[in-house]
Amino acid sequence: MISLFQFWSSHASELWALLGQHVALVVVSTAAAVAAGVPIGVIAARRPRVGAPIAAAASVVQTVPSLALFGFLLPLPLVGGVGARTALAALILYALLPIIRTTAAGIRSIDPAILEAADAMGMTSRQRLMGVEFPLALPAIVAGVRVSAVVGVGTVTIAAAIGAGGLGEYIYRGLSMVDATVILAGAVPAAALAMLVDGGLLMIERALSARRRAPGTMRAAFTAATMMAGVAAVALAATPRTERIVVGSKNFTEQVILGELMAQAIERYAGLPVDRRLNLGGTFICDRAIQTGDIDLYVEYSGTALNAVFKRPIQRDSRAVLDEIRERYADSGRSMLMPLGFSNTFAILVRAADARARGLTRLSQLAEHAPKWRAAFGYEFLERPDGFRGLADTYRLRFREQPRVMDLTLVYRALAEGQVDVVAGDATAGLIEALGLSMLEDDRQYFPPYDAVPVVHSATLLRHPEIGRAIGRVSGRVTADTMRRMNYAVDARRLDPAAVVAAFLDELDRGV
Amino acid sequence: MVIAFEGVQFQRGDCTVLRDITFQVERGETVALVGRSGAGKSTLLKLINRMLEPCGGRVLVDGRDTRTWHPTALRRQTGYVLQEVGLFPHMTVARNVGLVPTLAGWPTQRVGERIRELLDLVGLPPGEFAARWPDELSGGERQRVGVARALAADPPVVLMDEPFGALDPITRAELHREFGRIQRRVRKTIVLVTHDMREAFALADRIGVLDAGLLVACGPRSALETSTHPTVRTLVESAFN
Repeated sequence: MISLFQFWSSHASELWALLGQHVALVVVSTAAAVAAGVPIGVIAARRPRVGAPIAAAASVVQTVPSLALFGFLLPLPLVGGVGARTALAALILYALLPIIRTTAAGIRSIDPAILEAADAMGMTSRQRLMGVEFPLALPAIVAGVRVSAVVGVGTVTIAAAIGAGGLGEYIYRGLSMVDATVILAGAVPAAALAMLVDGGLLMIERALSARRRAPGTMRAAFTAATMMAGVAAVALAATPRTERIVVGSKNFTEQVILGELMAQAIERYAGLPVDRRLNLGGTFICDRAIQTGDIDLYVEYSGTALNAVFKRPIQRDSRAVLDEIRERYADSGRSMLMPLGFSNTFAILVRAADARARGLTRLSQLAEHAPKWRAAFGYEFLERPDGFRGLADTYRLRFREQPRVMDLTLVYRALAEGQVDVVAGDATAGLIEALGLSMLEDDRQYFPPYDAVPVVHSATLLRHPEIGRAIGRVSGRVTADTMRRMNYAVDARRLDPAAVVAAFLDELDRGV
Repeated sequence: MVIAFEGVQFQRGDCTVLRDITFQVERGETVALVGRSGAGKSTLLKLINRMLEPCGGRVLVDGRDTRTWHPTALRRQTGYVLQEVGLFPHMTVARNVGLVPTLAGWPTQRVGERIRELLDLVGLPPGEFAARWPDELSGGERQRVGVARALAADPPVVLMDEPFGALDPITRAELHREFGRIQRRVRKTIVLVTHDMREAFALADRIGVLDAGLLVACGPRSALETSTHPTVRTLVESAFN
């Protein structure tokens, strides 16, 4: 609890910026959904034959999980890409259904005698809509807006996975660092925001449906809406659009540290301002972003680039892999810089105690124990051709049950706590030592090399060649041991990645 | 302003609601249409302000076929009072009454004067009632506001669909007296629908009796009292019980 307040006070300006982004995303998406959803709702109420298919489409969208929807939208032109745009598009799609539904229901539920009176008084269809139907359906419409906005507050936290910002940044950062305080630092304000939005809109809704509209209520509703829009505008204005170098990373500790390392090297040695889009949701998203220029730089692993990015067959020779991907990146608007100095190969891990008790040190010994053991792997590892399937063939592994799918950030702890007996992690994971785990040697050389290499959007590198020189100062200097130490400092000792990286660069500068 | 039905027929799906209706309403005259539920009374009323259009024959208002009238223009000429009143719940009494003049573009000050004038006319002191909301009114008060609203833009024709049907007998009797007083002052052409022959005798100059879509009698009280048509006889007798 105390550590939570400490975290907030030491990250106050970042917290406000993320909160601002969060509110801005919700307000902008809800406003857009109202602008589109209310007219559709009116059409749905008046012409069910036109409105029903639209409402049906909106409810299909509603059932698509948000991460999947982000995935669909990412590659699309105009709406896609890493950042707020994709998040907005998804949020608007989600917000539409409740608004369409309640608008249509609100208009349909109006007493026919009132509509007859309106017609008989010679109101035109437009006058009837604006003067009678809208005011009477307003409480229902506000109810729909309330549902949309509250769902939006929740969905925005997930949008941090595609670099949209908002309080979800803390949640993902906390998940990747296995740090409950950081998770709470994002989750608590997000929950409070959801309750605030819910309560505020509920009050407006109640005031409106009390039929007797005190003239002040409309004004209060208007003021509230204006204030929300104001907060959003300030937050948007506060994110300046000057040319900054955008550094991305995937969503686990080592990637966040490497992202921070790239960012600080550029700030320190090239003197350029840097935006950090750390914790992006995976290889696919990072690669998309670097191709479109949504991010300028991130650190990839050579084996992953060869296999997951370029869909080439696995090779075991480190140099050959580096040569091939350098060429392929260069052909497609991306530039690979010199390797950083370590290889983050997959590590098959068991509890150190189990390994000692059974004399287990090499992967070829695992087949004997596997039928009694349970395994858990990250989703990517299960799916990739250089992942579990090849591993099982090479080492003839059959586990007691189907391996479980688990978030990469959770497998170490699951293993340490005995929920499973074998996991695939990263060779450089600081938690390996921290949690008393043991890595089995890949004695049949199944895993390809995963040398860490910075990849840069080529156009950016042409504009700012000093980026290449700045990164060059850390190339080859990050050994596996250094990486594991930094991972440990963040994962186990709960140090801030930025501070850990700054200390490392200070050491380099002093020539230690 | 004269209303004329010429061989009007109206069908809803396969069901014939009105057949061969022919009659006229003279300027300043009050005509009551009487008949059982489903006899076609309300349909007939809605043909006058073009809420419905005839399937055969024609309806003339002021000598012009309703189908050549612009619906909005026609409805501004014809006030309308419903049984359910249909007051707008999100507007005060004053705004309900002032709505049609406002839509017609009257200057605000004149609208305000007109509201006070009409509330006075229907016996609701403006100081007390103008700022009230429909849900703060009794049934009788609501119906008076409905009448005021229908008269607001001074239309030459007023159509009333069971205007007093939902009221208790005492309030109804009171409003019948008011109706007479108001009609003597404003002299509108009024077509009134009711299922109550006593109400028709009390309010109307002439009475039309509808039976299964046919106009079986149309005339003053004396003519109806001597009619031999069984439906008319039943209705007339019901007025004396």
